[in-house]
Amino acid sequence: MTSLKPATEAELVDMVQDALAQRTPLDVTGTGTKKGIGRPMQTAATLDLSGFSEIALYEPEELVITAGAGARLDDVRKLLDDKGQEFAFEPPDLSRLLGAPHSGTLGGMLACNLCGPRRLKAGAARDHILGVAGVSGRGEAFKAGGRVVKNVTGYDLPKLMASSYGTLAALTTVTFKALPKAESEETLVLEGLSDEDAVAAMSLAMQSSCEVSGAAHLPSALADGTAKTFLRLEGVPPSIAYRRDKLAKLLTASGSHLLATDASRAQWVALRDVHPLAAPDGRCVWRLSVAPMEGAKLVAALKPHIDMRWFYDWAGGLVWLAVPPENGASADAIRAALPSGHATLIRADESLRGQVPVFQPQAPALAALARRVKASFDPVGIFNPGRMQQESA
Amino acid sequence: MVAMPLPDKTALARRREIAAALRQFVPGEGVIEAPVEMRAYETDGLTAYRQMPLVVVLPETTAQVSAVLKYCHEQNIKVVPRGAGTSLSGGALPLADGVLLGLGKFNRILDIDYANRCVVTQPGVTNLAITQAVQHKGFYYAPDPSSQIACTIGGNVAENSGGVHCLKYGLTANNVLGIEMVLITGEVIRLGGKHLDSEAYDLLGVMTGSEGLLGVVTEVTVRILQKPETARAVLIGFPSNEDAGKCVADVISAGIIPGGMEMMDRPAIHAAEEFVHAGYPLEAEALLIIELDGCAAEIDHLIERVVTIAEANRSNSCRVSQSEDERLVFWAGRKAAFPAVGRISPDYLCMDGTIPRRRLPEVLQGMEDLSRHYGLRVANVFHAGDGNLHPLILFDANDPDELERAEKFGADILRLCVKVGGVLTGEHGVGIEKRDLMPEMFSEADLNQQQRLKCAFDAKGLLNPGKVFPVLHRCAELGRMVVRGGKLPHADLPRF
Ligand SMILES: Cc1cc2nc3c(=O)[nH]c(=O)nc-3n(C[C@H](O)[C@H](O)[C@H](O)COP(=O)(O)OP(=O)(O)OC[C@H]3O[C@@H](n4cnc5c(N)ncnc54)[C@H](O)[C@@H]3O)c2cc1C
Repeated sequence: MTSLKPATEAELVDMVQDALAQRTPLDVTGTGTKKGIGRPMQTAATLDLSGFSEIALYEPEELVITAGAGARLDDVRKLLDDKGQEFAFEPPDLSRLLGAPHSGTLGGMLACNLCGPRRLKAGAARDHILGVAGVSGRGEAFKAGGRVVKNVTGYDLPKLMASSYGTLAALTTVTFKALPKAESEETLVLEGLSDEDAVAAMSLAMQSSCEVSGAAHLPSALADGTAKTFLRLEGVPPSIAYRRDKLAKLLTASGSHLLATDASRAQWVALRDVHPLAAPDGRCVWRLSVAPMEGAKLVAALKPHIDMRWFYDWAGGLVWLAVPPENGASADAIRAALPSGHATLIRADESLRGQVPVFQPQAPALAALARRVKASFDPVGIFNPGRMQQESA
Repeated sequence: MVAMPLPDKTALARRREIAAALRQFVPGEGVIEAPVEMRAYETDGLTAYRQMPLVVVLPETTAQVSAVLKYCHEQNIKVVPRGAGTSLSGGALPLADGVLLGLGKFNRILDIDYANRCVVTQPGVTNLAITQAVQHKGFYYAPDPSSQIACTIGGNVAENSGGVHCLKYGLTANNVLGIEMVLITGEVIRLGGKHLDSEAYDLLGVMTGSEGLLGVVTEVTVRILQKPETARAVLIGFPSNEDAGKCVADVISAGIIPGGMEMMDRPAIHAAEEFVHAGYPLEAEALLIIELDGCAAEIDHLIERVVTIAEANRSNSCRVSQSEDERLVFWAGRKAAFPAVGRISPDYLCMDGTIPRRRLPEVLQGMEDLSRHYGLRVANVFHAGDGNLHPLILFDANDPDELERAEKFGADILRLCVKVGGVLTGEHGVGIEKRDLMPEMFSEADLNQQQRLKCAFDAKGLLNPGKVFPVLHRCAELGRMVVRGGKLPHADLPRF
């Protein structure tokens, strides 16, 4: 397949215009690490945006970074870390889960709306994107948003780029909020809870004033035989000490222990990056977002019927589920049991992704609106056609 | 004054027929056409602009909203949604040829769900009422616009409103989990819910801050948080704006994100002090209120660091609140800054630009120069942590020349904000007030792309027209594509 790699915005405009004139559908890509998420596409060329990798501006005291959409997340993480900052939404490195060589680009991070365990407190990529520039599927350069943290000038097109999977625009530049890293952290680990009890405990913790910034649960099968519920506290040491005692009193569990800063960090990276289900074992992996109290109920309803492995994040609101590929990766059963929210097929081979809807099917009025939104950026469907919705003539 | 589009004469002539038709969907007192009764709706928080609507409709159910919008869509009648009418940018200003759709009767909280930490509410409920409904359990709804006793959560969604605590806790957009909305066609759409993130296109994100141009919000799910255990504020005076600005940057560089960080300049300090006697230092050129919240151990630790940073930046006075009462007194002056300025001037315009913080001294200097040029006073309150300025321009609306000068002064301030890398509006919205300044920030291509998105929601341009966009294009015109090489692919051709 041809690969187009623009170095400047003007080149990118030219390439998209050419593709439009010749009706060549383009596979819009950063470094291709998330290629496996979405429906398979028939594209004639790759539009490789990894050339837009420059860090245009990083002003720690203004809490802002502007970079090329092709800048590597791993590099930017280091850059922020040097100044004691980070992306507060904890973008995961899904390379182990997806079998990719690294964690991808900032453009991909936005396009997939990545976020980690701190989502429940600090939001997702959508909550931290401040501005974008790029080229629409009409072959026109545009920008939206700005570089300041507070801005309501015009529609929030930067948010619309979040979880658009490259179907609306080829982004060249993104501006994100950067925030100070917590000075230290600690994790309270409760042992031996059932899923239901763990969700109840996490809900109690989240309802307290302990400012829990991560609440996840590994059932015994994924935790060496003893289920573990993780509650993370971040901040300055005297504050953590106080909140830890308060939390421990609140949750008078049978057994518990503490992870100090380094162990805690490592544990949350593993949860963030979905290591418990990342083994390349041929299983398909689903990501389910539900109301926190629904997570364990959903699992309980599915468990008798599917040979599955799972764990919870976001106090029960995020369920990671690994299932055998048979029966369309149990898509129908999973979606039928879903009380609300959505189920996304994050890992599955290409043929399966062609057979079952990767993204949650939408009600007709919403699906039609989404199609019109797509057409407003990309009227002929030149960018990643069919990746999110089946294209209709 | 910003000009509104000329009213459509046929709509004006059909007023009675339209009111009668609306009564079929919304019975009884829900349709208002008597001028005395419509008077209450003729303006919003931008009071220099007034316009009587064609007719007012106050539906109570989503089905009624849907029927009203469907009718208006079929009959090509414009619609202006309205919450409490506190918008400072004219977003809720009626149109002479448009139906004003008020959401005041959507005033019930539908579901309080502590276990999932969220509240489902109708859009006409006030911002503060949500907190009041959950505070006995220690919860609150974080975004706290100063207008929170009056403004509605639907209006907050439409404006993506903020407050003094949004540096740490986010704007409306970061605290809304889901909405139900009605498109101009009458179609009802649900986005998000009690779960996090609506998958696929983030239409919830786009609806937030869309100023009533994309759809009518009929239900909102917000997340609620447990109140911090305590909060304390530090009141710090500085000999110059530069010093205060530097202190703000140093606090943030030290990794501290305070619950609130507000700045006032000398004229604002004096106006506020005369009004509420909060004990503000009158010799200071700039005042910072820095609030830290959380558990006592954390606050004590951080206050010590903040005070050290302030001293290193030449602060000439510093008081730490010793009680909850004292903390509230510190805030009283800041919270009363608008009415305080209202006392020293018959009228004021409140601007809302955001700038990169380190450009503050030069922007304040620029404002001083403009103040001399236009012969009008200006007082500044400032969400210092996130760079959101609220210059208050003092004028007398009875003098048409002063209003004219005040508007020009305001426009020049916003141009200055854009020039230093900032934006026209941080939280009050574009509305009509900043509509004609949009080209200062966006190119024609940028604005056309935004309007194309509008077309995806409202192809006939019937929802709140005349707001936000300086030039209204027809959707067909915006959809046309010109591609180099001569070929013109059309939207109606089959997809690949
Ligand atoms: C004294 C004062 C202080 C203020 N302080 C702040 C502040 O600190 N921070 C801040 O951000 N703002 C502030 N504001 C501005 C204002 O209060 C907010 O913009 C508020 O969100 C508007 O809410 P509302 O219900 O009054 O909406 P309205 O003024 O009625 O409408 C605002 C816009 O929203 C649209 N709209 C309203 N309801 C709906 C709905 N249900 N569906 C679709 N569209 C709708 C309208 O068409 C209009 O465009 C202040 C205003 C005043 C007067």
